Amino acid sequence: MASASSSTAVAERAARETIVGSRTPSMLPLMAPSVIVLLLWMIVPLVMTLWFSFEYYNLLNPATTGFAGLDNYRYLVTDPDFWASLINTLVLVGSVLVITVVLGTLLAVLYDQPFPGRGVARLLAVAPFFVMPTVSALIWKNLMMHPIYGIIGFLTRVVGLAPVDWFAEYPMLSVIIIVSWEWLPFALLILLTAVQSLDHEQREAARMDGAGPIAQFFFITLPHLRRAISVVIMIETIFLLTVFAEIFVTTAGGPGNATTNLAFLIYARALLQFDVGGASAGGVVAIVLANVVAFFLVRSIAQRLEV
Amino acid sequence: MKQSLAQRVLIAVLGWGVALVLFFPIFWMVLTSFKTEGAAIATPPELFFKPTLASYAEVQERANYVLFALNSVVISVGGTLLALAFAIPAAYAMAFHPTHRTRGTLLWMLSTKMLPPVGVLVPIYLMFRTLGLLDTRTGLIAIYALMNLPIVVWMLFTFFKEVPHDILEAGRMDGARVWGEVWFLLLPLTLPGVASTGLLSLILCWNEAFWSLNLTSSGAAPLTTFIASFSSPEGLFFAKLSAASTIAVAPILIFGWLSQRQLVRGLTFGAVK
Amino acid sequence: MKQSHLRLAFAAMAGLLAAGTAHADITLTIATVNNGDMVVMQKLSPEFEKQHPDIHLRWVVLEENVLRQRVTTDIATHAGQFDIVTVGNYEVPIWAKQNWLEPIDNLPASYDLNDLLKPVRDGLTYQDKLYGLPFYAESAMTYYRTDLFEKAGLKMPEQPTYAQIREFADKVTDKNNQIYGICLRGKPGWGENMAYVTTLVHTFGGQWFDMSWKPKIDSPEWKQAVAYYSDILKKDGPPGATSNGFNENLALFASGHCGMWIDATVAAGLLYDKKQSQVADKVGFAALPTGDFTGGPTWLWSWNLSISASSKQKDAAKTFITWATSKDYIRLVAKENGWVAVPPGTRQSTYENPEYKKVAPFAGFVEKAIETANPNGSTREPRPYHGGQFVDIPEFQGIGTQVGQTIAGTLTGQTTVDQALRAAQSATERVMRQAGYMK
Repeated sequence: MASASSSTAVAERAARETIVGSRTPSMLPLMAPSVIVLLLWMIVPLVMTLWFSFEYYNLLNPATTGFAGLDNYRYLVTDPDFWASLINTLVLVGSVLVITVVLGTLLAVLYDQPFPGRGVARLLAVAPFFVMPTVSALIWKNLMMHPIYGIIGFLTRVVGLAPVDWFAEYPMLSVIIIVSWEWLPFALLILLTAVQSLDHEQREAARMDGAGPIAQFFFITLPHLRRAISVVIMIETIFLLTVFAEIFVTTAGGPGNATTNLAFLIYARALLQFDVGGASAGGVVAIVLANVVAFFLVRSIAQRLEV
Repeated sequence: MKQSLAQRVLIAVLGWGVALVLFFPIFWMVLTSFKTEGAAIATPPELFFKPTLASYAEVQERANYVLFALNSVVISVGGTLLALAFAIPAAYAMAFHPTHRTRGTLLWMLSTKMLPPVGVLVPIYLMFRTLGLLDTRTGLIAIYALMNLPIVVWMLFTFFKEVPHDILEAGRMDGARVWGEVWFLLLPLTLPGVASTGLLSLILCWNEAFWSLNLTSSGAAPLTTFIASFSSPEGLFFAKLSAASTIAVAPILIFGWLSQRQLVRGLTFGAVK
Repeated sequence: MKQSHLRLAFAAMAGLLAAGTAHADITLTIATVNNGDMVVMQKLSPEFEKQHPDIHLRWVVLEENVLRQRVTTDIATHAGQFDIVTVGNYEVPIWAKQNWLEPIDNLPASYDLNDLLKPVRDGLTYQDKLYGLPFYAESAMTYYRTDLFEKAGLKMPEQPTYAQIREFADKVTDKNNQIYGICLRGKPGWGENMAYVTTLVHTFGGQWFDMSWKPKIDSPEWKQAVAYYSDILKKDGPPGATSNGFNENLALFASGHCGMWIDATVAAGLLYDKKQSQVADKVGFAALPTGDFTGGPTWLWSWNLSISASSKQKDAAKTFITWATSKDYIRLVAKENGWVAVPPGTRQSTYENPEYKKVAPFAGFVEKAIETANPNGSTREPRPYHGGQFVDIPEFQGIGTQVGQTIAGTLTGQTTVDQALRAAQSATERVMRQAGYMK
């Protein structure tokens, strides 16, 4: 089965390439403007950032100027919180990915089953994605997780336990909870559409062959969802690497450096002091980190991406 | 597929349970917006209370909601349209005339999106100052389109790839030029996919809170700035914050609910099949 | 469906644009912080516009940290988005030095410059020129619950010491009933927990930097102060202390959970207001507690209106800020919202006014606290910086927040006081070296 589809794919690609050969020259003038603008828009901020990262430039202290060489980078990398921030970034991204993909898949299967009022229930489940990250963070911080005024505190007191001071005792977990709450609907939506496009006949056939629901899930549903899961992972990773608002509003990176990710570190060390050189160096480091992450991600899911 | 009654009850309970748990924070926020400040911080939290519109009145008195909302709409729609305008030709080129560099370019574009805005605030601010784009809707539209371009291009690319070549071939044989091919053949075929990409971009623009705060002051400020003025003032503020948040989130929430079907349809059509 | 929505949106936008083109002669853009007094000023701005029909006001209201970042970015890049900026006495001297603010002179005699409280005025003067007009000022004091003290048989002296405060806190705490002996700022930030801790350190005889700008965070005075702070909050403080800034503690005290609270004087008016406070008739006031070292810099913060040097409408701006900080304005607020709501801390005439003293029995305390704040005074050892609860160098925002984070870690038990201070010391040294203060 696999070899047949791949040989047709090869044939298709060959056919496409020949069309490419015959059409490419006349494509360029048409495509050029948009691709050029695209590249320009992306290159200019990048180049500026790169340039500033090699300069001493402090907005508050115009006296500091001059070529810095790698000094801004050295200052950032030797910050005692630097490695912690990298680890925190990866922990945050990884945890939210795992939670949203796993829960998203399970919930997608759940919402694929008919039950009364399913449409409304789905609407409610999807709502968190539309809420601004700042607002989400404020709601969770003040109305939900606050040990005195929050609902969670109230519920734990009702049960007789001491309320948990979420942002002090479990800061990273709290941030992960908030970000997962924001992104779960997105994963759910995409995975749900994938589940719904699953051929029912395939499932019927499997059931006739005696496969129980668990076996069906692992051998039919899950492989079918691979493409959708990779879409979810790619898009979420892009956004999760630069989570900032939630941390800024709730824990401000702490206690200590418990929730400082790379984006927040750049803010706290550079932006707060208006050290443009330092902030730019941080930006470049973030891109490098992102490329490393993307490299590993692509390697593991590239074949399913079929780029 | 036949299920036992127990199974069906379980599924219904789980389905509704999850939905209510996920929606609860939003529900609580809306509820709090109808309380007085004193009631908002009462312990234990009150579920039943005398509702009041005082917080909404105060919020409206302090800041002109309509202006902010209008800015949000214009900027989000503008940013989305601009991104689509540039992304469609680019995605077309990548999908139907790929070169060995296509994959690299695509991934590089995505990785540039991973630059944290905090790192690039000052250069962009200087650029905007020089170009006279500070506190203008045009400026924000431009930067939002730039921000979302990688994702929009990538999503359109995956949708376009699903289109069978023979249809486009047929059009070409009939003498359609490239633009005709795109406009009359490709877009109608992939409209659900394009619409859902547009919807995603709209949501992202609406909720973007860093550039909108830093690049606007009074003229072009969208709803995210509106929220920032209520987020941590002196004195009690939970109820006012809830009221402001409710009216800031409501438009996009309602719009998203209404077009959810579109989004689902679009995604089914393309990338996730 | 999308198409028709779009058309509707465009039509609405066109309509609104057409409607709103009635043109103004001068438009002033004012960046301000979202506290109560500014909200009142925004509400009263039609009065100003009536007196000056050719000036229109546009308000940009933001939360303090966001405002500071936004305004600093704008002013430092000379972008000119704002004509009038609301800045604290922390920024004014720093920005004046860079010529980012316009000096304010030739004020009308009716403005009565000498009516401004001296420490406030000094904080806004750089090289003998005034760079901001204050509309609000505060120092710090102690608030306590008279009923809880009576129940525990305690009496709060007019000038308590920190040793006494610890005693009182231990006796008043009743965690089972959610009563916490003392509430203090724990939220990390140079203007949040570090504002309080700096004051504490000063009165224990310590300071941030010695004369060669070497940080002294690992000094015994700092250790004493931070240990005191951490111990008392752990034993007698509310849960979630590291999330509690001024606002959260205000809510806690106003809803009856705190036995004592040491914080800004502005809270007095709010706690005394029956509409906002459940304990309005049970609040007592005392001076800021002292440690070993008295007479040093304590706490002075003022919010001020300044004119951006890149503004193109400096004269109109000056007209506005003169109006907004004048005696007439204060009388206007009194007329509209009552004397209890007037912006405190700036003018002697406010404190001499019998109407004000009637509705604000704490007024005397507040005035005394501001007069004795001594922000430019000396710590036990000589120091190269000014400020009562901050350090007036631009790097302090970053340093203060970073140190604030490590100290917040002591409250949650993440680090010991020694570890936190050592980490804070080395982090601050790094910054000072990179910024060129230390060699």
